Amino acid sequence: MAHMGVEPDRIQLSWVSSAESNKFVEVVKDVTASIKALGPNRNFVKTLAKVA
Amino acid sequence: MTGYIEKIREIAARLLTDGTVEMVIGFRKGTVPMMNEPFFVKNPLEVATLVWDSNCGINLANYLTDRKEKIAVLAKGCDSRNIVTHIIENKIKREQLYIIGVPCKGMIDRQRIAGRVDGEILKVVEAEERVVVSGRGFEKTFDKADVLQANCRLCIHRNPVLYDELAAELVSEQQDVDRYVEERRIEAMDVQQRWAYFDELLASCIRCYACRNACPLCYCPTCFVDESRPQWVGKSIDPIDTRTFHFLRAYHCAGRCTDCGACERACPVGINMRVFTKKLEKDCLELYGWEAGMSLDQRPPLDTYKVDDPEIFIK
Repeated sequence: MAHMGVEPDRIQLSWVSSAESNKFVEVVKDVTASIKALGPNRNFVKTLAKVA
Repeated sequence: MTGYIEKIREIAARLLTDGTVEMVIGFRKGTVPMMNEPFFVKNPLEVATLVWDSNCGINLANYLTDRKEKIAVLAKGCDSRNIVTHIIENKIKREQLYIIGVPCKGMIDRQRIAGRVDGEILKVVEAEERVVVSGRGFEKTFDKADVLQANCRLCIHRNPVLYDELAAELVSEQQDVDRYVEERRIEAMDVQQRWAYFDELLASCIRCYACRNACPLCYCPTCFVDESRPQWVGKSIDPIDTRTFHFLRAYHCAGRCTDCGACERACPVGINMRVFTKKLEKDCLELYGWEAGMSLDQRPPLDTYKVDDPEIFIK
């Protein structure tokens, strides 16, 4: 996706086992922080008026 | 390549007469020049309609999905790799198929030719490495090498990888082809430039889905773009809906695309569709050493796990 111009941090992939609660919390915090840093995704806003 | 015709007709007639197959899938002349169309021969008397020249770019693997009868199919290098993919994905059984391998020297790009002449092309004659195009008041000769489809120019698998019989001698493969020039150019851009690059690429897309229909990998009974409950992607021609469609279509081809060029060939507005799938193809090759459709014995990287699979993208 980064190749096609989506900001690299916008999509993240992680592997968390159901037993890894601490890692899960860490991942959620990290992702939230990096996405907030990027700000709203203006690329994916529709520009055409909605019809019907 | 036109010399293959007699041999192809002879094989087709033999297979249909002796009952080896119920149907032969090949090509016949289209109604306009440079537009050969797939032809399903069931009657041995019809084999004379079969043709072969440099306008047989359509990927015939597309017509094998879920067929039940015994079929003989003509297969260029790319077709044969897609047939392998079909067999691996259980869309047809190997036993049902009699594959007539057709070593290929590349298909010509009709849009490229049409762009270089003034007026309507009425007749196209091929002789060895030349293509003579004529219409009302003009005649022009092209070197075939100059008017090849973009993917054929970069092709390194011209010979079929799987066949029961060959229609001609194997051809020599192109050596030292740098397949990923454009991909490296895009990789060198920053994120905004890439976004702009793909914006421009897709600006003329009318979402006719010809690329999807021509692609032998796209065989889902209901495509995600046609679903309305739930609706995965907007159906408008808003640029972002169009782009989402192309993103998803490309991803569905990951590890499966053979760069046969069917999507690009089918595109009525001439979008270089392969830019999407080529990057995935490049990654598959670099990360997993995988080229789609080369062998029946190897599982694709996306449905196997190996201990040494790269995981740089997992955080």
